[in-house]
Amino acid sequence: MPSPRPALIATLDTLAPGEAGIVEGLEGNGPVDQRLRDLGLVPGTKVMALRRAPLGDPTEYELRGYRLCLRRTEGARVRVRRELAAAPGTESAA
Amino acid sequence: MSEGVLRLGLVGSPNSGKTTLFNALTGLRAKVGNYPGVTVERREGEARIEGRRVVMVDLPGTYSLTPVSRDEEVVTRLLSGQLAGVPPPHALVAVADACSIERSLLLVAQVLGLGLPCCLVLTMIDELTARGGALDIARLERALGIPVVGVIGHRGVGIDQLRRVLSRAETWGRPPILPPADPEERAGWAQSVLSHVLHTRPGRSRVTDAIDRVILHPVAGTLIFAAVMLTFFQLIFAWAQPAMEGLDHAVAFTRGWLHGVMPAGVVVDFLVDGVLAGVGAVIVFLPQIVLLFSLLYLLDDLGYMARAAFVIDRVMGAIGLEGRSFVSLLSSYACAVPGIMATRTIPSPRDRLVTILVSPLMTCSARLPVYALLIGAFVPSRRIFGPLGLQGLALLGLYLLGSLSALAVAAVLKKSLFRGQGLPFYMELPPYRVPTLRLLMTQVWASARAFLRRAGTIILGVSLVLWGLLHFPHAQAPPASTPREAARFALEQSIAGRIGHAIEPAIAPLGFDWKIGVGLVASLAAREVIVSTLGQIYAASDQDDTASLRQAIRRDVHPGTQDLVFTPATVASLLVFFVFALQCTSTLAVMRRETNSLRWPAFAFGYLLALGYGASYVTHQVVTALWS
Repeated sequence: MPSPRPALIATLDTLAPGEAGIVEGLEGNGPVDQRLRDLGLVPGTKVMALRRAPLGDPTEYELRGYRLCLRRTEGARVRVRRELAAAPGTESAA
Repeated sequence: MSEGVLRLGLVGSPNSGKTTLFNALTGLRAKVGNYPGVTVERREGEARIEGRRVVMVDLPGTYSLTPVSRDEEVVTRLLSGQLAGVPPPHALVAVADACSIERSLLLVAQVLGLGLPCCLVLTMIDELTARGGALDIARLERALGIPVVGVIGHRGVGIDQLRRVLSRAETWGRPPILPPADPEERAGWAQSVLSHVLHTRPGRSRVTDAIDRVILHPVAGTLIFAAVMLTFFQLIFAWAQPAMEGLDHAVAFTRGWLHGVMPAGVVVDFLVDGVLAGVGAVIVFLPQIVLLFSLLYLLDDLGYMARAAFVIDRVMGAIGLEGRSFVSLLSSYACAVPGIMATRTIPSPRDRLVTILVSPLMTCSARLPVYALLIGAFVPSRRIFGPLGLQGLALLGLYLLGSLSALAVAAVLKKSLFRGQGLPFYMELPPYRVPTLRLLMTQVWASARAFLRRAGTIILGVSLVLWGLLHFPHAQAPPASTPREAARFALEQSIAGRIGHAIEPAIAPLGFDWKIGVGLVASLAAREVIVSTLGQIYAASDQDDTASLRQAIRRDVHPGTQDLVFTPATVASLLVFFVFALQCTSTLAVMRRETNSLRWPAFAFGYLLALGYGASYVTHQVVTALWS
């Protein structure tokens, strides 16, 4: 069934602020990917994009109970499954 | 383990409350240095716990024990006892923020995997509860098989219990099964531990959300960023002035007083012109340094500095650096020494080194007396637009030249010597937290003390050597000369005077004569020394009275040709030289310490001298051509 929604499988940097996704995996096994895994970006982790910096990069994400800033170049290495039920706003504090 | 000294390693991520805990356990008695061969900071402190000597080894804040750079390898090698000359810790204390335990457990798993006796300290347990989170510490102890202590570091809650636990490191339990080594399996392990200890993730900090909505807003956030920068400069240049002038008067008063009460001679000259002139010139910067550090530490402890780095990262990324580089370069506007020390927050060793190497290009406060003298003497005080005058414009131009050069040099270095992909950019935005006054004062005092120690050692030493060079051999002037002429004659015959003459051919293309040469040699110790040295050379009635020095350099002519010494081209060339040249022993010393090598300070000195010489030469040529 064709869908107007954005692709389900995307990279972290394509998540718009307010969108969330579940990490599927990382691009490679280099030192950069290793460090991103150490930071908690492993399969199954839920990540929410909170906001972009005023100049458009980097982006602030929320995962595992903390907030992490990543640039687009690093975000592009993380494959995520977009969560369609994500809350539309970022301000819905629990 | 015997009953002797117990060495405990503190391991934790940045923002985990590790430093607060270290301070709470050791007080202010930390020894700071570097590990051999790398730029990683080595901090150790002693504590007496239950009558036992304990050495706390504060390991660099890290999110992972898997090294991805040579610098990070040091920690791994230290923990496994492979670092020559550094005894490995007997046991480890893992420090984790209770609010972000989901991430911290990944590091704790790695710490457990090292096989050393280990305990876990959970910090900020008050914040966890306040934000609706929960965690059963007794269950966590059983699940991990090691002692777990919850503390509120800044209020001292739980510290006594922690001390009791630390004193019995021999009895700590070991985990029944080590956590998996693979990062993905480790995450699964962390998840199962957390569900077992009835973990409830804390809600978002409402305060942090509310503040960030403003601070990181595209428009409001940018305006606030600009306002903070403006306050910063206002603080350095305006608000510190009264205190600085007060200290300056106090130094001048002491010098006058010593002249009055002591018999004239070499001893009083030595004390007044050697010790007090040299150290006094630096001590006057103390109020500025204290104010600057207070603001920097306050902004950092509050959590704003990470936000400032977030806002400006894109700009810094364009030249190959990152947001945190900006924060440390900002400190260098006051003084490159704290600026270089602030680079410790930059995780990538390459970015850190480049930031250190360009820090001296940021216009530090020691250049101000030099700029003030030259601009005051030679740039007309005409207003050109509103409150903006020609003199202010000249000063602004020098600031811009320095700052833009720093960015340009950084870009070149990142594309040449420091090419290639390093670490990814990652930075945590911690929740806003109000630091205690005590923590703030501890940090500021530690920095002020380091500054005073430098003034009392390096700067004092160099001032004394300079004084010797300027006063010996003491030549007797012809009998009929006035005191001024006699002083000038003695200076010309002194070692420094001869050095000035000797380097004159080298600096003549820049438009400098031997007197400026003496000033340049003297200013190798510290830039502002050129002002007092020129004062001595021109034998102005009072060497600290810049007004009379201004007139003296304006009138000075070459003996043979009667041409002015300070032509517009020479003034411009000298100003440009000071924008670039690294004339500061303190900066070189801190570079040596922070990079743990002589190579990088030598490189910085060399490239900045070459840049300064080249830029001054071009400036001299261009201005000469334009003016005639």
